[in-house]
Amino acid sequence: MAYIPHTRDDVKRMLAAIGAPSLDGLFSHIPESLRLSRGLDLPAGMTETDTAREMGRILNAGRPPRLSFAGAGAYEHYLPAAVREIAGRGEFLTAYTPYQAEASQGSLQVFFEFQTLVCRLTGLDVSNASLYEAGSALAEAVIMANRATGRPRVLLARGINPLYLSVVETYTRFLGLTLESMPERDGVVDAAALSPGTDVSSVVVQHPNFYGCLEPVEQIAEKARAAGALTVGHVNPVPLGLLKSPGEWGADIAVGDVQPLAAPLSFGGPYAGFMACRKALVRRMPGRIVGMTTDGRGRRGFVLTLQTREQHIRREKATSNICSNQALVALQFTASVAMLGASGLAGMAATCAKLAHEAAGRISAIPGVRLAYGAPFFHEFVVSLPCPAEKVCADMYARAGIVPGVPLARLAPGRENDLLVCVTETKNSADVAELARELAASLTRAGGES
Amino acid sequence: MSIVAPAGTRFTASHEWVSLSGAVARVGISDFAVSEIKDIVYVDLPAAGAKTTALEPFGALETVKAAFDLYAPVSGAVKATNRELSARPDLVSQDPFGAGWMIEIEVSDVARAEQEMAGLMDATAYAEHCRKQKH
Amino acid sequence: MIAEEPLLFELARGKAGDYAGVIKGLDSAASGLPADALRSGPPPIPEISELDAVRHFTRLSRRNAGVDTQFYPLGSCTMKYNPRINEDLAASPAVTGVHPLWGPEMIQGALAVLWETARRLSEISGFPGVSLQPAAGAQSELGSLMMIRRYHQDRGRDPRTVVVPDTSHGTNPASAALCGLKVSQVPSGPDGLLDLEGLRRVLSSDTAALMVTNPNTLGMFETGMAKAARIAHDAGALVYLDGANMNAQVGVMRPVESGADIMHFNLHKTFSTPHGSGGPGAGAIACIRELEPYLPKPIVERTGTGDGSAYRLQYDRPKSVGRLGAFHGNFAVVVRALAYLLRTGSDGLADVARHAVLNANYVRVLLAGTLPPAYPGPSMHEVVLNGKVLKERGTSALDLAKRLLDHGFHAPTIYFPHIVPEAVMIEPTETESPATLDAFVSAVKAIMDEDPAVLGTAPHETPVGRLDEVKAAREPVLRWPA
Repeated sequence: MAYIPHTRDDVKRMLAAIGAPSLDGLFSHIPESLRLSRGLDLPAGMTETDTAREMGRILNAGRPPRLSFAGAGAYEHYLPAAVREIAGRGEFLTAYTPYQAEASQGSLQVFFEFQTLVCRLTGLDVSNASLYEAGSALAEAVIMANRATGRPRVLLARGINPLYLSVVETYTRFLGLTLESMPERDGVVDAAALSPGTDVSSVVVQHPNFYGCLEPVEQIAEKARAAGALTVGHVNPVPLGLLKSPGEWGADIAVGDVQPLAAPLSFGGPYAGFMACRKALVRRMPGRIVGMTTDGRGRRGFVLTLQTREQHIRREKATSNICSNQALVALQFTASVAMLGASGLAGMAATCAKLAHEAAGRISAIPGVRLAYGAPFFHEFVVSLPCPAEKVCADMYARAGIVPGVPLARLAPGRENDLLVCVTETKNSADVAELARELAASLTRAGGES
Repeated sequence: MSIVAPAGTRFTASHEWVSLSGAVARVGISDFAVSEIKDIVYVDLPAAGAKTTALEPFGALETVKAAFDLYAPVSGAVKATNRELSARPDLVSQDPFGAGWMIEIEVSDVARAEQEMAGLMDATAYAEHCRKQKH
Repeated sequence: MIAEEPLLFELARGKAGDYAGVIKGLDSAASGLPADALRSGPPPIPEISELDAVRHFTRLSRRNAGVDTQFYPLGSCTMKYNPRINEDLAASPAVTGVHPLWGPEMIQGALAVLWETARRLSEISGFPGVSLQPAAGAQSELGSLMMIRRYHQDRGRDPRTVVVPDTSHGTNPASAALCGLKVSQVPSGPDGLLDLEGLRRVLSSDTAALMVTNPNTLGMFETGMAKAARIAHDAGALVYLDGANMNAQVGVMRPVESGADIMHFNLHKTFSTPHGSGGPGAGAIACIRELEPYLPKPIVERTGTGDGSAYRLQYDRPKSVGRLGAFHGNFAVVVRALAYLLRTGSDGLADVARHAVLNANYVRVLLAGTLPPAYPGPSMHEVVLNGKVLKERGTSALDLAKRLLDHGFHAPTIYFPHIVPEAVMIEPTETESPATLDAFVSAVKAIMDEDPAVLGTAPHETPVGRLDEVKAAREPVLRWPA
């Protein structure tokens, strides 16, 4: 029996102590109609070797590409090798939530360091110890702003990743909020045309946005503030190595996902959402929060604090229903950023931006291809092709093993010819040149010259 | 146990006290309530102008491990809150009828407020209520 | 465990490693980024050498307790051994390297994992519809309540109340509130089980759902579960089963038989994925056919069989409650759960439940004279003890928990469920040997004989003693520097 250490004698002895005739006898008080009269209709257990073989067979059914320029919320970056070793240590991996603080100072200190790093990167006062991921983190921020202001309307930029918008819609459906789009021009919010009413709880913007473009965030935040609304910024931690922080440009709440600096792509999860906000909003923030304190001998220690916000105490009046955080992924972020340091983070961001601009230059030089937007961008950009992006992507993958980006139509209907390209520091100039070359070749084959 | 509250103070069954003077009702919690709650860490009070409805929650009192709803004794609108409590939540425990007051409610309808007050307990009835609770 | 470890920010010294290819002489303006969008200087992140960082986190890990270091009998958490083969498999490039938005040919392996896991959970629960999109149990609950509300609305009703037992987990009412639903409580009977008469009184035409945990949070099987389900159905309500306690029934019973309509699983409980100091876990929703259309989208479909199988993501689900997360849930956690399901198989899973129940009852019987069970009935995979004798000795469940840390055991769950005074909830799980259980029982008995003053100031052997939580809540210091 896998992982069950009892010998037959152990079982006999224990049953005798309990006074039960058999293992099945332990279930005799359960009505027979509820007990399975047959085994589960699943294959029998396997040895470890066979399990590994079978998992390998299942997992390797897909054919991965050689080179991928896909982004759109899941980003390929280098993670220092030591991060996996640290996260694999049994004391972190197999611990529970640190409710017994004295036996969990390791985890608690890591979360405190995580919170500090998130505050420093976002330029805001307080952070929690992580949420599930980017979409639900945004939903939680919208709900938080509504509860803090009592106002029902939410203004959302059209440049927010449609996947995140979808989660916000799901989470807020039964809460009586009105979700509206903000005016857009050339891929970003038309801040001049923006005029939030006094019934708006939050103005929500992603920066850089889903198209890679930099939004006019300072103007947006100013308009929000003038109307008494909160500004929610959805941000990516990598660009924060170079860009002004949300706190600096006027956000009241900043959310996002630490995935680019914490977790490999893993088909979408586990990632870890983050949330930081201004001090006045701390008691409305969902999720676990760690605080610093002392013990009876004056030694510094860390504890879960402000727990009365949470479900296990406040139940239906809690700030959210969230129970787990994504602790291990938060640990991975903390370790990764510790090793990258300020210069590493700035360097990583700069490398991504430089290579992406190189790629944009080469690709937009291909006849018939143009950049979709004129707004400045960070490390993602949208190109409009002369033919359907899906067709071009299929050809590039089949011929050259390259994924040139995410066809926009997969996430935004009506954008069949558009492709969202992302370039990170995992690539180099030769890769970018190959991307442009193969894209041009696939376009020619598709007869896509205009 | 003895309760030292100013004359005319009335009490809810949930241990809030109210003292009405003209159209303004001052509200807090009794020392009986405070004796049952250890280490108040935070008092969550409403913003000025917020409406209150008699016997409905207006805020909460928090310890490390629990939160207790605070119920409004009378209806009206919040005129003032005790700002001292944000830095010194322990004032509630130390001086529940004095420096530990929580909010002042401006009653819109004095007659209605007096009716709501009449439905609450006076000091003697409240003392009896507390005695019963202890057993 | 080891002595104080400075914070990262206090450690900052040396220079960080060069992982990211810092570009020399980079002119960021030349990169096409407008100057007014940029920070004025580098982000305030410390510079630490790789060795110093590795040492820091390694030393921190040694200030932590985990299943790997000691017995961890937290009730309802199912702290079983986390098999390392699962970690190995989750680290393979076929898992880590897959982008969630790649085309179908590139993601067949990933979709196959989701499909195979869903199929097994379907068989284990008896429910045909399964979604693995939720990131956790609480999110599964939220999704399920949304599905229930939509189901009723489609049938021309909008009941807004959810009935929960007074022993329910805190997430139940919190999730209800997020769906715009109110909560009504049913008190448990004197036997610790759902009071069917009380249930009848609380149900009304405004009840959308009855939410139950079975076995309940007292570790006892709700023998009246099928009857309770019928009563709820007669009142027009659906029945939601909180599957946190599946470790007691996997392979021996199936939730569908007891009349539930929808349930959730916690993959990080019964299915052995690691707790990670508080996450990531993974949830799953399983439901009857009538509720299937409402499952979060997309769902994973298979065409063909065997080597001819092809998998795809199906978005055309007009009745779906929508997305709970941007992508496909905590995929790498699901990988671990599937590996566990393959390894244990049909026979192994039934053994899990039998030995989990064996271990819990063994502890119950050995401790009965010291800390009596809260209720007299047989236990399933966990047992709740009534610790009021601790109060009589001048200590408490909290003191016992803290002193157990000194004896090398992680504390059980305390003060839950709220209806038991000085509650101590013990879930050993099936991966613990009788020798470990004997040692635990001896420790509890020894502690009961110790000087209450020693308990009252415990723990003494951990890196820090009892921490001032009042100060932490009154004057929150949530970052460095404060």
